[in-house]
Amino acid sequence: MEYEIIVVGAGHAGCEAALASSRKNHKTLLITSNINNIADMACNPSVGGSAKGIVVREIDALGGEMGKVADRSQIQIKKLNSKKGPAVQALRAQIDKIVYPQEMIKVLKNQSNLEIMEAMVEDLVIENNKVTGVLLKNKTKVIGKMVILTTGTYLKSDVLIGSTRTRKGPHDEEPSLHLSDNLKDLGFQILRLKTGTPPRIDKNTIDFSKTRLETGDDKYLSFNHDFIYDYDIENQQPCYLTYTNAKLHQLIQNNLEKSSMYGGLTDIVSVGPRYCPSIEDKVVRFSDKERHQIFLEPESVYYDDIYIQGFSTSMPHDIQEKMVKSVSGLENAKILKYAYAIEYDAINPTQIKQSLETKIIENLYTAGQINGTSGYEEAACQGLIAGINASLKLEGKEPLILKRSDAYIGVLIDDLVTKGVIDPYRLLTSRAEYRLLLRHDNADIRLRQFGYEVGLIDEDRYQKFQEKLNNIKELETLLKNKKLTPTKEVNEYLENINSAIIKDGITMYDILKRPEVDIEKLKRFIDIPYSNEIIEQVEINIKYEGYINKALKEAEKMIKLEMKKIPENVDYDAIHNLASEANQKLKTIRPTSIGQALRISGVNPSDISILMVYLKKGERND
Amino acid sequence: MDDTIVAISTALGVGAISIVRLSGSEAIKIVNNVFVGKNLEKVGSHTINYGHIIDNNKIIDEVLISIMHGPKTFTREDIVEINCHGGITTTNKVLQILLNNGCRLAEPGEFTKRAFLNGRIDLLEAEGVMDLINSKTEQSRELALNQVGGKVSKLIHNLRQQLLEIIANIEVNIDYPEYEDIPELTIQHLNSQIENIKTQIEIIINESENGKIIKEGIKTSIIGRPNVGKSSILNKLIDEDKAIVTDIPGTTRDIVEGTLNINGLILNMIDTAGIRETKDIVESIGVKKSLDLIENSDLILYVLNNNESITDEDIEVISKLKDKNHIIIINKTDLPKQIDETQLLSKNIVYISTINNKGMDELKDKIKEIFNLEKIVTKDLTYLTNARSLSILKQALKSINDVEVGIKNEMYIDMIEIDIKNIWQKLGEITGDTYEDELIDQLFSQFCLGK
Repeated sequence: MEYEIIVVGAGHAGCEAALASSRKNHKTLLITSNINNIADMACNPSVGGSAKGIVVREIDALGGEMGKVADRSQIQIKKLNSKKGPAVQALRAQIDKIVYPQEMIKVLKNQSNLEIMEAMVEDLVIENNKVTGVLLKNKTKVIGKMVILTTGTYLKSDVLIGSTRTRKGPHDEEPSLHLSDNLKDLGFQILRLKTGTPPRIDKNTIDFSKTRLETGDDKYLSFNHDFIYDYDIENQQPCYLTYTNAKLHQLIQNNLEKSSMYGGLTDIVSVGPRYCPSIEDKVVRFSDKERHQIFLEPESVYYDDIYIQGFSTSMPHDIQEKMVKSVSGLENAKILKYAYAIEYDAINPTQIKQSLETKIIENLYTAGQINGTSGYEEAACQGLIAGINASLKLEGKEPLILKRSDAYIGVLIDDLVTKGVIDPYRLLTSRAEYRLLLRHDNADIRLRQFGYEVGLIDEDRYQKFQEKLNNIKELETLLKNKKLTPTKEVNEYLENINSAIIKDGITMYDILKRPEVDIEKLKRFIDIPYSNEIIEQVEINIKYEGYINKALKEAEKMIKLEMKKIPENVDYDAIHNLASEANQKLKTIRPTSIGQALRISGVNPSDISILMVYLKKGERND
Repeated sequence: MDDTIVAISTALGVGAISIVRLSGSEAIKIVNNVFVGKNLEKVGSHTINYGHIIDNNKIIDEVLISIMHGPKTFTREDIVEINCHGGITTTNKVLQILLNNGCRLAEPGEFTKRAFLNGRIDLLEAEGVMDLINSKTEQSRELALNQVGGKVSKLIHNLRQQLLEIIANIEVNIDYPEYEDIPELTIQHLNSQIENIKTQIEIIINESENGKIIKEGIKTSIIGRPNVGKSSILNKLIDEDKAIVTDIPGTTRDIVEGTLNINGLILNMIDTAGIRETKDIVESIGVKKSLDLIENSDLILYVLNNNESITDEDIEVISKLKDKNHIIIINKTDLPKQIDETQLLSKNIVYISTINNKGMDELKDKIKEIFNLEKIVTKDLTYLTNARSLSILKQALKSINDVEVGIKNEMYIDMIEIDIKNIWQKLGEITGDTYEDELIDQLFSQFCLGK
């Protein structure tokens, strides 16, 4: 068996990686330990959210699959932060956990150049620090020029409930027992991380009258840029909001030592995600809060499980029963699946490059939870980039490296490889310095060109995109050239909408800078034959021009520092005056530019100046 | 970069003891080679050791030697300080011996440069030290010390912390839009917090500008018609304060020709040549030149004769003093009064007689009053002694105005946050917490200026 690219693991990272490489005409093998768990949504039944929703748009702009599959399987969709500025708006959809994997499997099966195999990978085949294939549990060797590891939480995973620790993966699956040890032997630093999932309860045993209804938006929304999938906007599946209470908090406090994380297990070394605390953490760390929100979310229209968002725990089953029943509306709720925490191995992501190729083993790429991230979207975008870059390497081309000002994907990967992780990494808008540039609405404008250049966006879609760009330009020119004249009619209307009257002619472009004026309102004075999508883009550009220009200026500064390259072979030990912490960090991370070096924690400006002086000295000597 | 440097770190000829300071990995070894006493390579860190400096077995000086091992030193390198007792010639000789034994003479500011490069001090402190090296009077020195002690650093850190809390609140609202636990930051709340920060920044700017006057001195000119006694007043001031009159190139295009020190307040006299060499300044150089001088000065002493009426020329020039710090001196009070000063409408009038030696103290008090020196208790001053920091602070103030405009225009709070972040970053540039390429370049060029 011989392949160009082997992808190990068929979760959200693995699916994107395999699709990217096979679409780029490379013979690809996707190996999964259980064919029934492809594209499984092991935790929450939703895709998107703040920042994450924008990542899904970015994946779609580059030619990835998650956005389209999410659109086809969503049962409720809304735009978050719709009352805030355009830069922070993002979509979140409730996803049918049955439909999503089915839709993804359909895509995989219809994809040429792609084979799927059910097997457990135990080891890598390495020759001269170069990967040349994988070794299966049944000792079969599969040859591949490039290998992408997307193993999720399956590396030596332990499920933790109360005081029990069981070596298994999610859904009682068989974990990968040997791969992480073998990675360790190759020189990878292995991290132990932890995540958790809440209980699922039977929809028919909930008293919804005691909860608050949470519905989707009454406007068509989609992650993908190319098609509109019709859905019944009136009949989206509802979610419900309820709260914890003092009784529950007391119950948790009284039984705290039974939780795996608070004494139930004494051998916990792993670190859980700060951004997704367990209910125990919330009650202990924020003991002054009288109540916490709990969202009840349907997992599928095909079965009755309700996911209790905000309620992840590692308490034993009997305590979980009591905990659930103490929540308003859940007094009679029946638990269908108990909550658990899961520990798993990951590698230190500072040992991988911006391209997601590992630094120590050539042609080996890693993506998703193995790199220390958490979340479907974070995994999928890494899978896509790993798939693209493994393919580009096969083709002898430079890797696709997105800058922090290009995409949230760029922010995520740069953070991983530059700063490493302590707890599972979740993408947040606050991690992006240039978030005004990284908007939901302009993902295609930022990234479609890259998608086209790497070959994942076909000519048709690219032409459509070019048309959009032209239309935006045309409309901007139109608004700059057309003037609003101070006629009685115009001024009466302006007064009417509480806008200052005009005395001289003013271009449409300029009057749009007024907060109370928009293109829709100008339509009474001028014919604007463009789609809403075009109008939205132009309006954002005009209204926030000042802010956008500031962000662009900042981004340019950063790019300049990124252009100051650090040669790969710098001998940091020869730079005597570096602080020892900086020396250590620079030696492990080996930043490729001054810009990246600056973002390493523990490397101070004084270290950077020493480094720059050293590099300058080197230049002069050459 | 890693060699051992040496310099005499006290002013030569001042005081009985002078200190020769070394920094670098070889510092202790080199001194030990020319020292008779304990084995300095064996003594503990931060100890003072008695002994003699020798040259070819001949005792040169009796010394106390402080041994300080890095990194707990100013430069984070090994430092040796030699307290010499023998006066200028001996100290120079000690320096020479050390140079012969493998040290390199330090460039001006090189100790500070090393301290900075080794991460011992942040940019602000480094610049504070540069100013310390430069400081002209005791008062300036105190100001510089405040800065080195991290007083302004602390204040700026504090401001950044306040900003960071605002930023965090806004961002958490974005990342967790559905969570009710975290209150949404309202425009009103933001507004009051920003106004508070603005006030604090304005205070630092104002105090810094006062501080600049204290440190760099007040450019002062004496003008008036012929024979009103300008040169007598100048000579009187010079006599009383034993001021040094030298040709020091000033910071601007003019020439500072004399520096007076009035209880720590420096007056840089400009264009005194005009007064000293020609008797008729207004006649010889004209009203136009007087106006130029006014334009160029921080303080104008306009002299009138008690024994003469005010002329149209006087009125014309004095009318230009309205917005400047000025004192109208009515000289020659020993002569009968002819002048009607009520038409001047100025509060800053001082009556003196250089002949009877009257009114000089009142003149000095008036100067101090104008520059508020009584109120400027240097210990409580929180200000930046350095032009770069001050200009960054002014940029930060501009970003605050952007925030205010955003609030007024009812912009989205997450847009306004861009300017808030900008302020936070700007303040970081002052303390060196955010990095800017140009900053380092500028700093290095400042070190090389020879301070």
